[in-house]
Amino acid sequence: MTIVKQEKIVLLEGQLQKEEEATLIEQTMGEISDKFRGIELAVIYPEKNNMDVLKRLRFDIARLLVGNRQGFTIVGPASIVKRIKQNPGSIELLTQEKRRRK
Amino acid sequence: MSIQLWFSSFFRNIFRNKNNVKLGLYGPPNAGKSTLANRICKDWSDQEMSIVSNVPHETREILIKEQISIKNKKGKTLSFSLVDTPGIATKIDYEDFMKRGLKEGIAKKRAKEATKGVIESIKWLDSMDAVAVVLDATEDPYSQVNITIVGNLQARNIPVLIVANKVDLKKAKINKLMDAFPQYTIIGISAKYGTHMDEFYEGLFKVVG
Repeated sequence: MTIVKQEKIVLLEGQLQKEEEATLIEQTMGEISDKFRGIELAVIYPEKNNMDVLKRLRFDIARLLVGNRQGFTIVGPASIVKRIKQNPGSIELLTQEKRRRK
Repeated sequence: MSIQLWFSSFFRNIFRNKNNVKLGLYGPPNAGKSTLANRICKDWSDQEMSIVSNVPHETREILIKEQISIKNKKGKTLSFSLVDTPGIATKIDYEDFMKRGLKEGIAKKRAKEATKGVIESIKWLDSMDAVAVVLDATEDPYSQVNITIVGNLQARNIPVLIVANKVDLKKAKINKLMDAFPQYTIIGISAKYGTHMDEFYEGLFKVVG
């Protein structure tokens, strides 16, 4: 959150757990001020549906051993990231020019 | 699922009082949660419960309507307390409210209250016995907020009914919502005009009953 508040976009290896996503939203709401307007968040989940049984088993074992490092998470300040558009097969991150504050 | 969530779900199911079911209306801002809450109340109790407007974050506090009883065609009754929640968002910009005609001071106050509302909504997730996730059928269903709400309910083992609201509008694309959440029952309604409400109530019986 500290990095995001410095108007930087954070790309994290691995996906947030669902409850972590909710906690991040709670924390963001607690930080909102006249200057900080919130975040844009996208969590990219690995496509498990296309895996065969063996691949899925290997995927689950790897997740148990090294944690949830599949997929990735993007968090950016709402002042810079206008929108993160997710489709099942692609992701688009639209930025906007920083607005001048009075 | 984390151990904490598993325990919370386990104890909720054990101590769930069938006569005091809490049905939550969750979703992003301006999806029509309060319009649906009013529609349910008008259909079954002749009273409205929430104020609705076109300005996002109109509902900034949890609102509860106790003991609503609905009946289906087979004569079965379902009683629940209806919980209308503030819309969940990842950003709240007071300037967006100013663009809607609010003065700066009021817009800032509304933004502050809206942030508290989002936190309240998330905290109340654990208290729900079932949830109707209200989504705007004219909007992109793949937003992270939608995914986070549905994912958190799934992680807590809370039964979910997805409501595709605003199907009266030409831009509504219920098929896109079905593609985004294939594992859930999705019911297209217009809370404003009361379209397909019978299907919605039948869906509630399946999910909550």
